Amino acid sequence: MSTPTSFLELRDLRIHFPTDDGLVKSVDGLSYKLERGKTLGIVGESGSGKSVTSLGILGLHKGTRAKISGEIWLDGEELVSASAEHVRRLRGKKMAMIFQDPLSAMHPFYTVGQQIVEAYRIHHKVSKKVARKHAIDMLGRVGIPQPERRVDSYPHEFSGGMRQRAMIAMALSCDPELLIADEPTTALDVTVQAQILDLMRDLQRDFNAALIIITHDLGVVAELSDDILVMYGGKCIEYGTAEDIFERPEHPYTWGLLGSMPRLDREPTERLMPIKGNPPSLINVPAGCAFHPRCAFEGRTGGKADTEVPALLESSGGHLVRCHMPPELRRDIWENEIKPNLESS
Amino acid sequence: MSERGQRSEPLLSVQGLEKHFPVTKGLFQRQVGAVRAVDGVSFDVFKGETIGLVGESGCGKTTTGRLITRLIEPTGGKVVFEGNDITHMSQSKIRPLRRDMQLIFQDPYSSLNPRHTVGAIVGAPFRIQGVKTEHGIKKEVQDILALVGLNPEHYNRYPHEFSGGQRQRIGIARTLALKPKLIIADEPVSALDVSIQAQVVNLLEDLQNELDLTYVVIAHDLSVVRHISDRVAVMYLGKIVELADRKDLYDAPMHPYTNALLSAVPIPDVKHRGDRERIRLQGDVPSPLNPPPACRFHTRCWKAQVICKTEEPPLVELAPGHQVACHFPENADTISAPAAAKIAQNVQDAQHPKSTIA
Repeated sequence: MSTPTSFLELRDLRIHFPTDDGLVKSVDGLSYKLERGKTLGIVGESGSGKSVTSLGILGLHKGTRAKISGEIWLDGEELVSASAEHVRRLRGKKMAMIFQDPLSAMHPFYTVGQQIVEAYRIHHKVSKKVARKHAIDMLGRVGIPQPERRVDSYPHEFSGGMRQRAMIAMALSCDPELLIADEPTTALDVTVQAQILDLMRDLQRDFNAALIIITHDLGVVAELSDDILVMYGGKCIEYGTAEDIFERPEHPYTWGLLGSMPRLDREPTERLMPIKGNPPSLINVPAGCAFHPRCAFEGRTGGKADTEVPALLESSGGHLVRCHMPPELRRDIWENEIKPNLESS
Repeated sequence: MSERGQRSEPLLSVQGLEKHFPVTKGLFQRQVGAVRAVDGVSFDVFKGETIGLVGESGCGKTTTGRLITRLIEPTGGKVVFEGNDITHMSQSKIRPLRRDMQLIFQDPYSSLNPRHTVGAIVGAPFRIQGVKTEHGIKKEVQDILALVGLNPEHYNRYPHEFSGGQRQRIGIARTLALKPKLIIADEPVSALDVSIQAQVVNLLEDLQNELDLTYVVIAHDLSVVRHISDRVAVMYLGKIVELADRKDLYDAPMHPYTNALLSAVPIPDVKHRGDRERIRLQGDVPSPLNPPPACRFHTRCWKAQVICKTEEPPLVELAPGHQVACHFPENADTISAPAAAKIAQNVQDAQHPKSTIA
């Protein structure tokens, strides 16, 4: 296969974990592209495979029992077949990750400064003094007050918001070209979350990095993303621009997510419209369309829902949907049955 | 829903409730300070209504819930339930009252005993309270399981066989077992996935309608609280800063903190991305170990004047049913005349000497 032109491209990525109970297909045939300076939001419930994908890009499944197939192209290099040592060298400089829980992602035994310095000196041949100066600069940039003093603090001495800022400083210390943020604000309070989202937006503009933001919070995704990928049961079920997903979504699962969420910008409607049932087990993914047992429109798929896996097909310019219903029917349902309910009263 | 909240005798009345956790040091555990987790909280809960307690972490909302149910002892203040002062009631006296007052916990994984079957968990309240049922406990438990949307045949299963949403339903079933009057729900949906959250929110609403329940919902998610509450109290560092009907609070918040909280909530509306007016607070919530003097919000408030540093604003009713603790409330057009005069006086006082706090 040819070398892609996109900065990041995943082709049919599969990450399976053999367990005693059976094969867990966490990621099952995922493909997407991302350019520099753009933000991709990945949305899905727990167990949809969103975090496993990003760990796969960073090469953090290498050396585990995970079975990975497919291709991950980053700036013209294929990473699935690359050696663990090679990917390790890319990590930090070429790509970096912001983890959900900064308290467990940082080493409690070293000061924040030491941890940033270590990463920086692996990729840059500089003295400790220069690296320390850089660490202070980075802490200042992410808005930590008195960085020259705070650089010698331990992670537990920081508050939750400050710790997340320190994580971001660490991730950005080597100017990564790809930044993956896995639930970066889930552990934070709303006022601090707003500060962190502003910060990420500004930093991305300054560094022109490609940003992947993984979250279950549709509000956060809507604030930051250019494109959005909705995952369900290890597969992409809808992909499009932020406008596609929020203004004209076509997959029943996306409709369900939008209907489940109480929103501040709408009148509190009488009822939320939840999705029935529970997310699927990744060992026994339902046959056919993985979503069909929970789908309110299963009856309109022409009886294929439980036998055939629907293909991810283009509905209109770049908007991909994995659903058995024909595009005209989906648009009709959205306009006449879903959208009026979301906007009622 | 708000019509049902009859303004007669409150079901629950919390008056000046305080909880200070001591901070000790050294061999003799000398007390060197106190975490003022809840510091003078007062509100009434009327029958049939849902009151929401919102705030950021460390604001004391969970502690308030535990104080109301007497899981911890208050340092000061009063809790009055159905006219009985339960603040210092002995364990043996309070036990019968626990039937009427139940808690739903946040984490459906740690709040269910993994070694007990669902039947044992939901049936426990009957055994503890010595309640006799007409057709036996098993029948009663199965009825409750059906009520919360679980299969009654799962009576003999263990919690690990259920998903997070189903476990939360088990917790709710246990809460409902003795038909309580008041339910304190501490972050009932925050551990659940979005699609499951909506199921549980709808379930709580249905149960309220069917069983005539009164809820105190403690949550940090402002959208969820708005959806289920009739009235909402906003807490900051152990105090209520604003208490109002849902509509008043969300449409015309008067306290700057409420305003900042609301504007910080990300809204999934890509069309108007960027043109929403936002208030960005600086920094984090100060430590409750050493809260700022006078108005506790003044260190992060953009409207703060000298008076905010020196004098604590009382929680006063500035519009019908709308209590605010602020020297310079927003949305002033909805304020009654005497209250407006008081605020004008405050502003004048503050301008001598004329200086603002950065």
